[in-house]
Amino acid sequence: MSNSIRKVSSFGTLHVAEARIRNMAKWAFIILFAAVINPTLYLVSIGIGVGSLIDANNGVEGVSYLTFLAPALLASAAIQGSSDEVIFPTMAGFKWERTFFGMRSTPLTARQISLGIFLAAMVRTIVSVVIYWIVLYLFGALESDTAWLAMPAALFAGAAMAAVMLALAAKIEKEDFFFTIVGRFIMIPMFLFSGTFYPLSQMPVFLQFFGWISPLWHATELGRYLTYDYPLPGIQIFIHIAVLATMMLVGLFLSARVFDNRLEK
Amino acid sequence: MSEPLIHARGLTKTYGDFVAVDGIDFDVAKGESFGFLGPNGAGKSSTMRIIGATSVRTSGTLTILGKDPEVNGPQIRAHLGVVPQQDNLDVELTVSENIFIYGRYFGLSSSFINKKIPELLEFAQLEEKKDVKVQALSGGMKRRLTIARSLVSEPDILMLDEPTTGLDPQARHILWDRLFRLKEQGVTLLITTHYMDEAEQLCDRLIVMDKGKIMAENSPAQLIKDYSTKEVLEVRFGSDRNQEMVEVLRPLAERIEVLPDRILLYAEDGEQLLESIAAKGIHPNTSLVRRSSLEDVFLRLTGRTLVE
Repeated sequence: MSNSIRKVSSFGTLHVAEARIRNMAKWAFIILFAAVINPTLYLVSIGIGVGSLIDANNGVEGVSYLTFLAPALLASAAIQGSSDEVIFPTMAGFKWERTFFGMRSTPLTARQISLGIFLAAMVRTIVSVVIYWIVLYLFGALESDTAWLAMPAALFAGAAMAAVMLALAAKIEKEDFFFTIVGRFIMIPMFLFSGTFYPLSQMPVFLQFFGWISPLWHATELGRYLTYDYPLPGIQIFIHIAVLATMMLVGLFLSARVFDNRLEK
Repeated sequence: MSEPLIHARGLTKTYGDFVAVDGIDFDVAKGESFGFLGPNGAGKSSTMRIIGATSVRTSGTLTILGKDPEVNGPQIRAHLGVVPQQDNLDVELTVSENIFIYGRYFGLSSSFINKKIPELLEFAQLEEKKDVKVQALSGGMKRRLTIARSLVSEPDILMLDEPTTGLDPQARHILWDRLFRLKEQGVTLLITTHYMDEAEQLCDRLIVMDKGKIMAENSPAQLIKDYSTKEVLEVRFGSDRNQEMVEVLRPLAERIEVLPDRILLYAEDGEQLLESIAAKGIHPNTSLVRRSSLEDVFLRLTGRTLVE
C-alpha cells in the first residue's frame, strides 16, 4: 500500500487568486467601464465645475483645485475598488456559495485562501488605479515628474483598507446591516472627512481625528506630496507609510485567523 | 492484513457541552467502501470533517495514510476527494472552469487538468454542459459535477457526505451507478447517509451511528442477519386500532415494533405469518411482506426510525 504522501504546492495563495481573477474576468467589461467613467464624472463635475469657483479664488494651497483633488480621488477609487473586491467574494465564500469550504477541503490552508482573495483584489485595484491615473493625466491634473508615484501610494491605501475589510467581512455571519454600515458609516464619512475636498487643517481638531485614522487621508497626503509641490516633512512621510503598513499587516494577520476559525467548523 | 488506510481509536469531538462524536473506533482498508449510517445529528458529518482534516478532533487517535490530520492536514487533504453535503461550486464559473480551478487548488498543472476534464465530464455526463455556468444546472447535475470535481486530483479516498439527499429518484440512481464504477476501479469510498437503501447499495461495510456512538458494525447483509429476521410483515389497522392489536399479535411474531401508522412483525416467513394471522380471524386493512432492511436494524438498535 502506498504510504508515499503527496507533496503540497506552496503556491496556494496564487491558485486562489487565479480562481478569483478568472471570476472577475467575467465582469471585466463592467470593471473597466467603471474605472474610466467614475473618474471622468468626478473630474468634470467637481474638478472642473466646483474647481472653476475655487480657482477664481486663487485655488487651494497654490495649485488648481483639480490638481489638489486628483490624488485624493485616486486613493479613494483604490480604496473603494479593493474593498468591494474583498467584501463580496468573502461573503460569497463563507455564506452565499460556501466556496471557501470547498477550497478548504483541498490542500489549501485558511491563510492561503484569505491571502489569495486579498491578492486578487490588489490585481483589480492596480488596473483601476492605472486607468484612473491616465484619466487624471489627460485632464491635466498631474503636475510633477513624480506624479506616477501617486499610483503606488493609492494602491497602498487600497491594500490597507482591503486587509481590514477582509478581516471584518470574514467575521460577519449575518450580513443584514453589514453593507449599510460599511457604506454609510465607513466609506462615505471617510470620503468626506479625509481632507479629500479641502485640507484637513480646515476642520475643527476633533473632526481631524477621522482623518488620522483614515487610510484615505494618509494616502492623499502622500499623493499630494508626489503630484505637486505639497510640502511634507520626512517624519510625516514616514508616519503615513507606517500607518498604512500597520493597517495592512494587522488586517492580513487578523484575516488569516478569522478565516481559520470559521473554516474549522 | 495491510495497514488500514484510516485508523481511528476513541475519536471524540465536542462542541462546548455537546458531544457530537463520542469515542468511536473504526478502521477502513484500502479499496473498501465504508459507510456511516445514522439519523441526522448522529455525528456522521462531524466524523467526516475530522477525517477530511478540516475539523480538529477533541481527543482520541486518528491516522489517515499513516499520518495525523492535525499535523499533516494539507498533505492528507492532497489525497482526499471531498463531496460535501451542501454543494459549494463557484456558480459564476462554467462547469469546466469549476473542475479547472479545483485542480489548481491541488497545485496540478494546467495541462494535466485540461487532459483530465473531458474524462471527468464524460463520467459526470455533463459533456454538453461544459461551457454552461453552474447556476443554470439542476440539483442532480450540480451533485455530479461536485463528484467529478473531487476526482480531478485522482484521490485515494473519496468522501461523500449525504451524496443523494435532495435528489429525485432518477438522479439518485444515476449517481449510484457512477459511484459503483468508482468502487469497481478500487477507489476507497467513505459515505455517510441516512438512507438505508443507499447504504445497502454502496457499502461493503458500515457502522450504524446514533448520538455520536457506534451501535453496530458489519456488512449490510450481516447486520440484517444479526439484528433482524429474514422478512417483515407490515400491517395497518388504522391509527385507532393499531395499539389494541399489538397484544393480540405479539405472540405470533418473533419480534414486534409499533410505529405511529403501522405495526412491523418480524418473521422468517412473512406470508406464512400473514396466513396464521388470518386463520385467527384477524384482518388488517393493508398488509405488506418485505425483506428486512437496515431500517429494521436501526429500529432494533435504537428504537427509532432513520427518517422521521
